[in-house]
Amino acid sequence: MRRVKLAGYAAALLLTSNAHAQLSVDVDGSIEKDLNIAVPAMPTPADASTAAGATTALGRQVAEVIASDLRGSGLFKPAGPTGLKGVAFEEVTKPEFDHWSGKGAEALVQGFVRANPDGAITVGCYLYDVALKSELTRAGYVIAPADWRRAAHKCADAIYAKLSGESPFFDSRIAYIAESGPKDRRVKRLAIMDSDGANHRFITNGQTLALTPRFSPDYKSILYLSYLNNRPRIFIYDIASGRQRLVTESANPTFAPRFSPDGKTILYSMAIAGNTDIYRISANGGTPQRLTNTPGIDTGGSYSPDGKRIVFESDRSGGQQIYVMNADGSDQTRISFGGGRHATPEWSPRGDLIAFTKIAGNFRIGVMTPSGNGEKLLTETWQDEAPSWSPNGRVIQFFRTAKGSGKASVWQVDLTGVNERRIPTPIEGSDPAWGPLLP
Amino acid sequence: MTKTRNTLMVALALIALSACAKKRVELPPAPIGTQGDQGQGTPTQSSGPMAGSQEDFVASITADRIFFDTDKFDVDAEDQEVLRSQAAWLAKYPNKRVTIEGHADERGTRDYNIALGERRANSAKNFLASLGVDAARISTISYGKERPDALGSDEASWARNRRAVTLTVQ
Repeated sequence: MRRVKLAGYAAALLLTSNAHAQLSVDVDGSIEKDLNIAVPAMPTPADASTAAGATTALGRQVAEVIASDLRGSGLFKPAGPTGLKGVAFEEVTKPEFDHWSGKGAEALVQGFVRANPDGAITVGCYLYDVALKSELTRAGYVIAPADWRRAAHKCADAIYAKLSGESPFFDSRIAYIAESGPKDRRVKRLAIMDSDGANHRFITNGQTLALTPRFSPDYKSILYLSYLNNRPRIFIYDIASGRQRLVTESANPTFAPRFSPDGKTILYSMAIAGNTDIYRISANGGTPQRLTNTPGIDTGGSYSPDGKRIVFESDRSGGQQIYVMNADGSDQTRISFGGGRHATPEWSPRGDLIAFTKIAGNFRIGVMTPSGNGEKLLTETWQDEAPSWSPNGRVIQFFRTAKGSGKASVWQVDLTGVNERRIPTPIEGSDPAWGPLLP
Repeated sequence: MTKTRNTLMVALALIALSACAKKRVELPPAPIGTQGDQGQGTPTQSSGPMAGSQEDFVASITADRIFFDTDKFDVDAEDQEVLRSQAAWLAKYPNKRVTIEGHADERGTRDYNIALGERRANSAKNFLASLGVDAARISTISYGKERPDALGSDEASWARNRRAVTLTVQ
């Protein structure tokens, strides 16, 4: 019997009952053990220097990133590149399967890095089933040398997608708030990074309090709340030019910005004389439209993937609960019930689930269906807050605040709740917002 | 008993000062330094902070802040006394403006806490306005849970952090 992760519908689709079951991993299951996958360093047909270093060194670095991505998903047990044998360039398409099966590998990732005459590099990526001695998938990426990590993420995505049957998500970016300083005078800076924490960049310098960023779907701009001139308002920051502008001119504070899935509309909250409601406005400006109209606090907001509905939070019932409305504000219906409060709803890019913060003593990350059924809590610490979905709707990112110190850190958890890991950031981090798969 | 007398005194002061304010409304503010020069003012002024300063404000009022229960924003009797003392000072210095900062404790989600701080700051503002302070002299800002006063993660600290703080604009 081949080792596969059983149970769950994804596995059920992939699993066959014969002795050589197809290799797969299961994103829903909690089963058995992770898939052993070998990721040796990628050779180069001829060592050449590039703008990002020699191709031999890049081949090893690419393998390291692939192994790290797969390990981080919680579904794989990668080996390599350290501790594994070198692979000759000619061997890439003709693996030594007996060697790898002797090492206990069930799957094998090989590839190469080649410098092209025009200054670009080509990264080849091959996935093999070791027991069946067969190729499962292959892909090649031609990129600028500086973008070598993206080729590695794309290779990891191809492997993940092939073996899980799910959509990929590694080749994506995260906007978040980098934090430092004492608890009563936190310095909070807008920052961006790759999904694995690499290519980190600070956007703001920390002189002005920055909160709650959201990437535009095309990654060209970032919405965030800035306390510039002690007036909390939403700005849209253009990454290429470094310029920013107000989303809407208002004497009232605006906060909790969100993009629609097509990037054409922005949701935000505005407080007038203490009363907060949700508004929408074209990303190009214009006249805002008020969507909620209750004496309570209506805030947050997250579009369904088709852009037709919005999930948001309101305390109109007395405490924070989750509601769904049409995109024009009509038909507002409460969907969260039961003990405790429910806050910060975020609609999965798959459409099947709403992630939220459950407040009942501790703050925990949970999911429920858009009709409010099947509530399941995924984390359990003192304070986890503000879920943000991976591009494939299979992993949730959030931030964790430590009791006492207030120190904040960015975490990811999958839908089993089993695979939870901290995302490395140079300093403390909060308010993570995951963007879509890179184009 | 004490409370009644205080209220009455404040009310009288408000009446007296609003009359004063009308007469003085066109006058420019006093040049900085003249009122606080050592030895030139009355004995009470020379030993205290500069009249109309933030220090004077803090020294003249019951408190610069009011506190709220979890998720609440109502102004109770104790809060009203504090705000009456602030209103009295504002009546005395009709050219002074204030900013009211609304805050929440750390046990709330970020956006909600910003909205909650807005509610609290506006509760304090509305009560000051009901005492006759021109609402145009009062600005508000919510910091949500971003600027705690007490640093602990316990009920006592959270109670101190659920607050609306009045600051003079100098």
